[in-house]
Amino acid sequence: MTNWFEGSLTWGIFAMFAIWVIVLLLIVLGFVTYAIYYERKVIGWMQGRYGPNRVGPFGLLQTVADILKLLMKEDTIPAKADRVLFKLAPVIAFVPSFAVLAVIPYTETLVFANLNVGLLYFAALSSISTIGILLGGWASNNKYALLGGMRSGAQMISYEIPLIISVAGVILMSGSLNLGDIVKAQGNGFWQWNFIPQIIGFSVFIVASIAELNRTPFDLPEAESELVAGYHVEYSGFRFAFFMLAEYVYVYAIASLTTVLFLGGWKPLFPFLDFIPGIIWFIIKFLFVVFCLFWLRATLPRMRIDQLMGLGWKVLLPLSLANLFITAVVMEWFR
Amino acid sequence: MSDVNQESTERLDEQARLEICVRILEEEVSKQAVEHAEINPLSLSMPTLIISKQHWYRCAEVLKNHEQLNLTYLRSMAGADLETHMEVIYHVTCIERNTDYCFKVKTDRDTPSVPSVTSIWPAANWNEREIYDLLGIQFPGHPNLKRIMMPDDWEGHPLRKDYEPLDPEV
Amino acid sequence: MARTEELLLNVGPQHPSTHGVFRLIVKLDGEVITHAEPVMGYLHRGTEKLAEELTYTQIIPYTDRMDYVSAMTNNYILCHAVETMMGIEVPERAEYLRVIAMELQRIASHLVWWGTYLLDIGAMSPFLYAFREREMIINLFNELCGARLTYFYMRVGGVKWDAPEGWLDKVRNFIPYMREKLEEYDQLVSGNEIFLSRVKGIGKYDAETAIAYGLSGANLRCTGVKRDLRKDQPYSIYDRFTFDVPVREEGDCYARYLIRMEEMRQSLNILEQALEQMPDDGDIMAKIPRVIRPPEGEAYVGIESPRGEIGCYLISRNKPQPYRLKFRRPSFFNLQILPELLKGESMTNLIAILGGIDIVVGEVDC
Repeated sequence: MTNWFEGSLTWGIFAMFAIWVIVLLLIVLGFVTYAIYYERKVIGWMQGRYGPNRVGPFGLLQTVADILKLLMKEDTIPAKADRVLFKLAPVIAFVPSFAVLAVIPYTETLVFANLNVGLLYFAALSSISTIGILLGGWASNNKYALLGGMRSGAQMISYEIPLIISVAGVILMSGSLNLGDIVKAQGNGFWQWNFIPQIIGFSVFIVASIAELNRTPFDLPEAESELVAGYHVEYSGFRFAFFMLAEYVYVYAIASLTTVLFLGGWKPLFPFLDFIPGIIWFIIKFLFVVFCLFWLRATLPRMRIDQLMGLGWKVLLPLSLANLFITAVVMEWFR
Repeated sequence: MSDVNQESTERLDEQARLEICVRILEEEVSKQAVEHAEINPLSLSMPTLIISKQHWYRCAEVLKNHEQLNLTYLRSMAGADLETHMEVIYHVTCIERNTDYCFKVKTDRDTPSVPSVTSIWPAANWNEREIYDLLGIQFPGHPNLKRIMMPDDWEGHPLRKDYEPLDPEV
Repeated sequence: MARTEELLLNVGPQHPSTHGVFRLIVKLDGEVITHAEPVMGYLHRGTEKLAEELTYTQIIPYTDRMDYVSAMTNNYILCHAVETMMGIEVPERAEYLRVIAMELQRIASHLVWWGTYLLDIGAMSPFLYAFREREMIINLFNELCGARLTYFYMRVGGVKWDAPEGWLDKVRNFIPYMREKLEEYDQLVSGNEIFLSRVKGIGKYDAETAIAYGLSGANLRCTGVKRDLRKDQPYSIYDRFTFDVPVREEGDCYARYLIRMEEMRQSLNILEQALEQMPDDGDIMAKIPRVIRPPEGEAYVGIESPRGEIGCYLISRNKPQPYRLKFRRPSFFNLQILPELLKGESMTNLIAILGGIDIVVGEVDC
C-alpha cells in the first residue's frame, strides 16, 4: 500500500484509495455495531441482567435495529438553532475520528497510511472533534447543550496536554513518531513492551484517554443525570447517530493506539507464541483495552468538573512531565 | 396498653408542663396571651394552648428562646376551616427534652390572617404558603407568600368549606 | 473585566435527577448557582381535600400514593391516627405483621434511594443491584397483600391479610441474604475515592439549621441530633426491640449516606427480633365498629418513615369522614433547606445535594 503514496495520483490509484476507505469504513462500522453490542452485554452481565437478547440470535442484530430506527427517525432541528452549524457539527465531530484511523498499524504489513509523523497526525486531528462537540452544543441553542459543550471543550483541552506529553516518553524510547516503528521497537514478550518502563506514562495515558473519550468516570459533557444528555440533547435521528458513531470510533482509535504504543501492537505475549498471527494478537489486546473501558463504566461514579480539571492540571500534567524528564535522563545515562 | 397508674403519672407530668408553659407566656408576653389551655386526651395527652392572635408572634419568640421551653423544632403546621372561624395549628417540639406542645391561633373567616413565624422557625415558610394556598389565610410578615401547590392563577382556596370547584363534575 | 452573564436554567419538571415532577429554577453564573427556587405542585392531587369526602378506609389507598416508595408507613400513619383517637387496641399478631411490613418497606425505600442516588452521581450498576434486592421485598409484599407498590394492606384496627403459608420463613431467609448484600454494597461504593470526593463535605449544615428547618430522619440525624420516633415516642410495638439509631456529626451527604446504610442493617435486626417474638396465631383485626367514627376532637401523631417524621393531624366531628385531615410529609419539610444549601454550589453538586435529601415528589406535593 505504501508505494501508492510515492507515485503520482492516477485515477486507478484514486479508485484504490476509495475502495480501501470504504473497506475501512465498513470495518469500523462493523466494529461500532458490535462494540455497542459488546458493551451492552458486558455491562449487562456485570449488572446481573442479560443485555440485548431479542433481535436476532443472542440479540446480535439489536444494534442494527437501533441504527435503522435512528435512520428512519424524523430529523428535528430546534427553531432557534443555528441551522448551518447545527448540521455541520456532527460532521466535524465524525470526520477526524475516522481520519485518524488511517495511521494505525494492525500488523507489520497491514497499515493504511504509513506516515512518519503518525502519532502527531493522530493527536492533531483528534483535537478537531472537540470543535464539533462545542459547535453542536452551541448551535443547539439549548442551555444544557451549551453547558455540556463547554464542559467538553474545557475537558478535552485539559486532557490533550497530559495525553500528548505522556506519549512523548514512548517517542523518546523508540526514537520515532511512526506508529509502526514504535511497535517494532518493542520486542516479543510482554516484558519488552513499553508499558513497563513507561508505567507512569502508561497510567497517565489511560486516564487521559478515558477523559478524551468522555467516558465514565469522565463523562461530564453528557452527564445524563445533570445535563440530561449534554451537547447532543437536541440531536435526533442520523445526526445523533453521527455523534454516537464518533464516540465509538474514538473508542476504537484510542484502544488501537494504546495497543500500539504500550502493549506491543501485533507482538506476541511470549516469544514462543509467535506462531499466532500478529493480527490476532492485535485484536486480543485491542479487545482487552475496550473491555477495560466498559468495565470502568460499569463500576465507577462520575467525577465533578472541578475535580476533573484539578486532576488534569495538578496531577496528570506534572506526572507526565516528570515521566518525560525521567525517561530523558535514563536514556541519556545508559546511552 | 399501659396500666392506669403509669398513665396517671404521665398525665400529671403533661399537666405540669402545660401549667409551666402558660405561666411563662403570661409572665413574658401578656396576661391575655393564652386564651385557653388544656390537655388533649385524644392526642397522646398533648398540652394544647390557644394563643390570641395579637400576641402570637411574641409568644413564638418566647417559646423558641425561653430556656425552660426551648421549642426550637416546628414539627407540624396545619390550617383548618372550622366554619365558625379558622385556625392555624402548630405542633412544636423541644428536641433535647422530647416534649411536644400544640398551639392554636384563631382567626376570623372573612379576612383570615395570622402573623408569620417564618423568621422564628424557618420551617414555617412553605407551610404558611401551603396554608395560604389551600385555605386563604394571610401571613403578614412572610417573605414570599404565594401559591405553592395550586397554579398561580387558581381561583379560590380549595380546603375552605365554602369552596366551590370550578367544574362541579370533577 | 470580563463578566459572565447569568444563565437561568430550568431543572425539571422533566429531568432525570429530580426524582419526579419537581422543578428547580436555577440562576447560574458559569456553573455556580447564585439563586435557586423550587417550584412544586405538579403532582398535587389534593389528597387532603379528597379525604374530606371519604370514609377512613377509603382514604388508605390515597395514602399509598403519597410516598409511593414507602406506602406501608403511609398506611400505618392514618390507621395509627384513627386508632389513637378511638383508643383501639390492635391485636398482637397484627402489630407484628405491621412492624415486619414497615421495616421491610424501610429497607426497600432505602434501597431505592441508594440506587438512584448513585445513579445521580453517575454510577450505573448500584441501581440495578439495589433493584434486584428490592424486587425480593416487593415480591414478599406481593404475596402478603397482592400488590407491588400501592399495598392498601393496613386497616384501622389491624391488617387485611394474615401472612400466607411459609411467608415468614421467606422473610427469615431474606435477612442473612440482605446482610451479605449490604456488605457487598459497602465494598463496591462506600470506599470509592470518586464517590467520597463527590459526597464528603457536600451539602453541609449544622444541627441548629437542621432543627430550624424542621428536618427529620437521616437529614436530621446526620448533624448529631439523635431523634428517631421509634425510640423517642415509641408507637406500635417498637419499644420491644433493641436497635441502634445511627447518628453522625458531619452533616454532609456522606453522613446521610452512611446513616441510611446503617439503618438498613438496624431494620434487619428489628425484623429478626420481630420474627422471633411473633405469636404463631391470633387475630389480625381488632373488634371495631362497622362504621369508623373517631370521637369529636383532634389528634396529631407522628411516626418514623424512611424519609423522616410522617405525621397525621386529624380533626374529627364524630362522622365517618374526617373533618380535616392534614399530613405532615417529611419530604416537604426536608426539601425546604434546599435553596439554602445550593447557594454557591456548582451544577454538579446540585444533583448530589438534592439526591442526598431523599425526596419523593408524591409526598412533597401530596
